[in-house]
Amino acid sequence: MNGRDLIGALGPELLVLLRSAGRIELEGFSLELDELELRIPLGAFAPANGGLPSVAGPERPNELLPAEFVPERPTYPGRVREVALGATRREGGSRGRSLTIGGAEAPAFSLFDRPVVNMPVISMDVFDTRVPMPKALRAPFEEVRDDPAEWARLNVGRFGAKAVTVHLLSTDPLIRNASPREAAATVEAVLQAVDVPLIIGGCGDPRKDAAVFSEVAAMAAGERLLLNSVTLDMATAKTLETVAKAAAEHGHNLLAFTGLELNDAKELNRRIYEYLPPERIVMDLTTVALGYGLEYSFSIHERARYAALMGDTELQHPTISGSTNAWAAREAWMPMPPTYGGPELRGPLWEAETALSLLLAGVDIFMMSHPAAIGALRRMIDALCAWPLEEVPEGHANDWVTARLGGEA
Amino acid sequence: MAKRSITETSPIEVYRLLPRTNCAECGEPNCMAFATRLVNRELALEACPPLARAEYTEAAEALEALLAPPVRAVRIGEGECAVTVGGKYVVQRHEFTYHNPTACAIAVDDAAPPDALRQRVRTAADFSYNYIGRDLRVDAVAVRSTTGDRDRFRAAVETVMGECALPLLLCSPDPAVLRAGLEAAGSRRPLLHAADRTNWREMAALALEFGCPLAVSAPDDLAGLRSLVRTLRAWGVEDLVLDPGTFPGPGLARTLRNFARCRNAAIRADDDLLGYPLLGAPIAAFAGEELDPVRCAFDEAVTASALLSRYADILVLQGIEGWSLLPTLFWRFNLYTDPRKPVAVEAGLREFGSPDRNAPVLITANYALTYFTVESDIKAANLSCYLVVEDTGGLSVESAVAGRYFSAAGIAEAVAASGVAERVDHRVLVIPGLAARLSGEAAEATGWRVLVGPKDSSGLGPYLKERWPPGPA
Repeated sequence: MNGRDLIGALGPELLVLLRSAGRIELEGFSLELDELELRIPLGAFAPANGGLPSVAGPERPNELLPAEFVPERPTYPGRVREVALGATRREGGSRGRSLTIGGAEAPAFSLFDRPVVNMPVISMDVFDTRVPMPKALRAPFEEVRDDPAEWARLNVGRFGAKAVTVHLLSTDPLIRNASPREAAATVEAVLQAVDVPLIIGGCGDPRKDAAVFSEVAAMAAGERLLLNSVTLDMATAKTLETVAKAAAEHGHNLLAFTGLELNDAKELNRRIYEYLPPERIVMDLTTVALGYGLEYSFSIHERARYAALMGDTELQHPTISGSTNAWAAREAWMPMPPTYGGPELRGPLWEAETALSLLLAGVDIFMMSHPAAIGALRRMIDALCAWPLEEVPEGHANDWVTARLGGEA
Repeated sequence: MAKRSITETSPIEVYRLLPRTNCAECGEPNCMAFATRLVNRELALEACPPLARAEYTEAAEALEALLAPPVRAVRIGEGECAVTVGGKYVVQRHEFTYHNPTACAIAVDDAAPPDALRQRVRTAADFSYNYIGRDLRVDAVAVRSTTGDRDRFRAAVETVMGECALPLLLCSPDPAVLRAGLEAAGSRRPLLHAADRTNWREMAALALEFGCPLAVSAPDDLAGLRSLVRTLRAWGVEDLVLDPGTFPGPGLARTLRNFARCRNAAIRADDDLLGYPLLGAPIAAFAGEELDPVRCAFDEAVTASALLSRYADILVLQGIEGWSLLPTLFWRFNLYTDPRKPVAVEAGLREFGSPDRNAPVLITANYALTYFTVESDIKAANLSCYLVVEDTGGLSVESAVAGRYFSAAGIAEAVAASGVAERVDHRVLVIPGLAARLSGEAAEATGWRVLVGPKDSSGLGPYLKERWPPGPA
């Protein structure tokens, strides 16, 4: 029993004792002072004759009382690993430049007490086949929807994408069941069309994805692709080993996908460690749309990052968010009354806010679609990563209180 | 000595201070159960009537101190419409849970013609969006003085009060202007915004005279903020709200840093002077160089989202159009759900319309949003059917499939437990399109024929029209 429990156990009795005896001695008992916290209501010991000075009315100072603020700068025993995406010629691939993600040493964008190690990255989506997609989402890409290489070129050329995700949905047995060879040809075309790092998305079928990823890994040897993704389902289907070995052999990274469950994430990482160095694993802990469970994603990412910083090596991996999932929310795309504007406004805002919440929870790389959402997140990342922090322009603070504003009703 | 955090307070400790009579007046079977719920903040001390008796005064005070949140709770407004802000126990949501959802205040100003003002207040006060069975609404109105004219301000406050009963924020750096506003709204306990290093004496006097909470403004100056709080407390002003400044665009880093510093200091470093609710002003997005109102509203919504995630207890907003307000109200609602409990509905069988023995049988997840969405689509399409609600741990179909909470075995179990087999003659189950991958295994596990339904339940009407009754397999 520690001191606190003891005092707690004695509780009211102790008060009675103290009041009657003035002091007590506890025999055979020693107490560390910092364990002890007595919360005794003021007045409990005040003798009836008023031994304490009477409390006067508050003394009203005429000048501001001085105060300081000394910011804390907490340090953490753990650090998130860095993962390199894409490989230049010198690094054994053909990319114009490679990217590094991860490396966090403190919770993201919280106390801003040190520069960001690696800026978060946005990768733009390309789909290799026509899948049902809200009109507002596909509108910017209407002309390239049948040509993944052109789509990738548009993403990089017009929208400034720093990375591209090729979703090989055509390989889905329930869609077109395209062969691994066809899928590899698509990836090859995209590799030739753009020189940014690539993320390669499968269809979610543990067997088919294994075959596709193996083929793509061999074709693009040395490119340091991020294969999206491997799952515990693959472990069950005994295809995880195939993919992990292909990634190891041909120099790629793996994205470990789990559904909002950190124990699963840790287990999957442990399985992958058997084949691949931890510096080549990124985690997808699942992104759910705003309004459809984003708070679960948010809290799981905050928990994962905190655990990583506190030293849980199995969670010390950069994380990714499929923020395009925001469009699964009906509020992003469905027709609504006029006050709700059109999906071309609501949709990008929905996607931007879904991504932003996870940016603040520590996510390192985002898979996104709508250029307006990407623009908003990019501005946010630039603002939050500036070091030293931007100064507040003199006289601009709290203008909102008295200013005539744009957009007044 | 640092105050211990909420997560370190044990039910035993609380129990020792309770009457320990197991009278059950609180509705709990015994004092220990009540103590546990107190520690979980599911019940408040007021739920224990005996504690109010004189013999327990000391224990009650000790309990209050033990259970007090490091960020004080401050009430704005009077009566049914009052809103309480702050009262936070933790920095991160997952450490415990957040209490007192961020109050969203819509700004109006005294330069607007009365009709326009009335219209704007009505629009804001009437805004409502039904989300998982609840109405999302704004919580307060912030009246700004842009004219600096006392009479205009008093008139504007009167107009607002005539239109709605929402709690008020009265905003002006000029104490004389605020006094004019208080002449109209003094009995409604508005939040006064704000005391700063030049006007604090007059603002403190106003707060004391009218018994109102007072916001303290020190833009990007936490030492100044602490100094003001310390001084105002010495004056006897206890109900304070902190405004460390909201700087949009490139200033957002500094904004978020100040919010995080305040909250971390209050909760993790026991800094009593910063242990007050935080006021954020996404409205500042309208006060910059950007003039396009749509772009301003977009930036405001993004700023609001960031401030909600970073501990804001009150937000002042300018945009009142649904498209910019909706994500803010959603995220506010979501962040304040209890992470210890998924937002779930009860699993089991639901009946819609007047289903006969050939009626379709559907299945879905028990995440509240999923359920209410499916329910409203079934009703909108006027379908007669059975809906099996599977316990997916409160996850949506998509997440539950990914996380394997919605599985073939789970489907089989839910169908069997629902007893739907006794209500229909057929053995055909429609599963959600998002669970298409499970169709084969689900057929095997249930022994039913499995049809893959639409990905979005809004497609159920047309889907069943076309596919039901199903032809021979």
